[in-house]
Amino acid sequence: MSTVTDTARAAPGERVSLRQKLALRGLDGTTLLVLPAVIFVLAIFVYPFLYGLWLSFSPKEGGMFGNYAKFFSDPFLYSTIATTLWLALPVTIISLVVAVPIAMRMRLLRPQRLLTTILVLPVTLGTVLVAQGLLNYLGPQGWFSRVLMLLHIIRTPARLTHNYWGVFASLLITGFPFTFLLTLSYVTGIDPALENAAATHGANAWQRFRHVFLPLLVPGLAIAFLLSFVQNFAVFPSAVLLGAPAGPTRVISIAAYQAAFEQYDYSMASAVAMIMAAVQLVVVVIVLAARGLFYRGSTAGGKG
Amino acid sequence: MIRDTTIGAKLWSTAVWVVVGFFVINLLAMIATVVIDSFATQWLRTWLPVGFTLKWYAQAWDEFQLTNVLLVTFEIVLTVVVLAGNFGVAAAYEMARRNFPGKQAVMLLFLLPLLVPSITYGIPLATVLYQTGVGGTFWGVVLANLVPTVPFVILVMIPFIEQIDPKIEAAARVFGAGTFRLFIHVLLPMLLPGILAALLLVLVRTLAMFELTFLSAGPTSQTLVVVLYYSVFASGVRAIQSIDAMAVIYMVTTLIWLLLALRFVNPTQIVARGRSAQAN
Repeated sequence: MSTVTDTARAAPGERVSLRQKLALRGLDGTTLLVLPAVIFVLAIFVYPFLYGLWLSFSPKEGGMFGNYAKFFSDPFLYSTIATTLWLALPVTIISLVVAVPIAMRMRLLRPQRLLTTILVLPVTLGTVLVAQGLLNYLGPQGWFSRVLMLLHIIRTPARLTHNYWGVFASLLITGFPFTFLLTLSYVTGIDPALENAAATHGANAWQRFRHVFLPLLVPGLAIAFLLSFVQNFAVFPSAVLLGAPAGPTRVISIAAYQAAFEQYDYSMASAVAMIMAAVQLVVVVIVLAARGLFYRGSTAGGKG
Repeated sequence: MIRDTTIGAKLWSTAVWVVVGFFVINLLAMIATVVIDSFATQWLRTWLPVGFTLKWYAQAWDEFQLTNVLLVTFEIVLTVVVLAGNFGVAAAYEMARRNFPGKQAVMLLFLLPLLVPSITYGIPLATVLYQTGVGGTFWGVVLANLVPTVPFVILVMIPFIEQIDPKIEAAARVFGAGTFRLFIHVLLPMLLPGILAALLLVLVRTLAMFELTFLSAGPTSQTLVVVLYYSVFASGVRAIQSIDAMAVIYMVTTLIWLLLALRFVNPTQIVARGRSAQAN
């Protein structure tokens, strides 16, 4: 440090050293601190992804697009996209629609900690444990069916495991807390003064929500939707354990896994993974484009 | 604060609480089913088991070689925690303190592994790991688990570092502290709560990380959650109580660390990980 300033002072009018120029732009010794992490992420995240992309274009048989042609001509493969969307979209939408009113109510509540801790449980325990728990709980002899039979809602045990609904329930249980806590953080970020102002002008609860909260929430809700959708679209363990992995819940990640570890066709597996990423990207772009149509701005109240 | 007292508002509020209650009751009942079943002698066609026993724990411990599995699990998790901590805190310091060209791009680079689901990048990653011969080994699992945890530490640490006044560092520099001494004697003590929180969350996430470990683990490098998956997958082979006993062991190992972590962080931080970054 001191040497740099000394040379600069000793030679006024001469060109400043490269080191000093870099320091002015914010690059100095400490910049090196970020390098290991950057190199690591490039080597172990970006490179495998690009390698996978390249690998997917060099199939075992057929031309450059052989894997993709195979995927989109085999109903056993291409139908997995629809199957996965049919699981991920309803779960994401339901989570979001239920999360908003609860978050609106919850923001009035001060001790949120106990409830948020309970909700963090399924996120922490992970999908495998939730799948195992639900196999017992939703099974034909489980408490869920028993309570429904006790209440005379159903006569015979409900079939909720090893089909669509088992995976649906497990995605909801692991996904809803995530969506809810994200929504809660957006809702609590809106200045209550805005609602008070609307109330002063005689807006009722629905009008306050529709015309004050909703427009401010849309950007946040779009992000919550995307994060939750992308996770739900990649459903894997619960689709195998709780669903019918050969039929109604053969999701796209199962197809990718089977290609890689049962047929040892890494090229095809990479192609499926790339298609999975592409579908996610398409949904992300659609939602972000739709978000652009709404108001984006400050959520703080103020004079003006 | 606006308080609605109309009947409609009260009905609405009740409905909201009923939904919350329904969700929480189902969640707790699901966990309770696993715990109760792990102590049950037999549990068929009744509300509660016929009798209670501890034998499933001993049986699960032997059948699944849990001593070995737990040892491997903690070796992997601790290695991940130490490496992610070192990479992450160093990078977070730079990201919080300096503005350098391409900072936005670097931030995006760190956000991507957190936003892309692990199974999407896990399959190409496993391919590369297996082709370089690291796949299926201890280090393969560690490398795979570092992908989401290094960016996670960075994002959690940035706000903690930004809270520290740069003048304190400048003062230490004036008194002649080098970068290393500055870090050990000034930054580390002040950052300790943040580092502890970040590392505990990494620990919990790695314990519960199924997809990446599943894709990159070999027979000798499986963590507890992967062993649990395989036993549920082949559930016809063993008694369900035995699997549930292992599930309880997994739950306890994870929840201890979660409760510890919650002493340092707000639960919403576990979920809203990218928010500080989005604000920039």
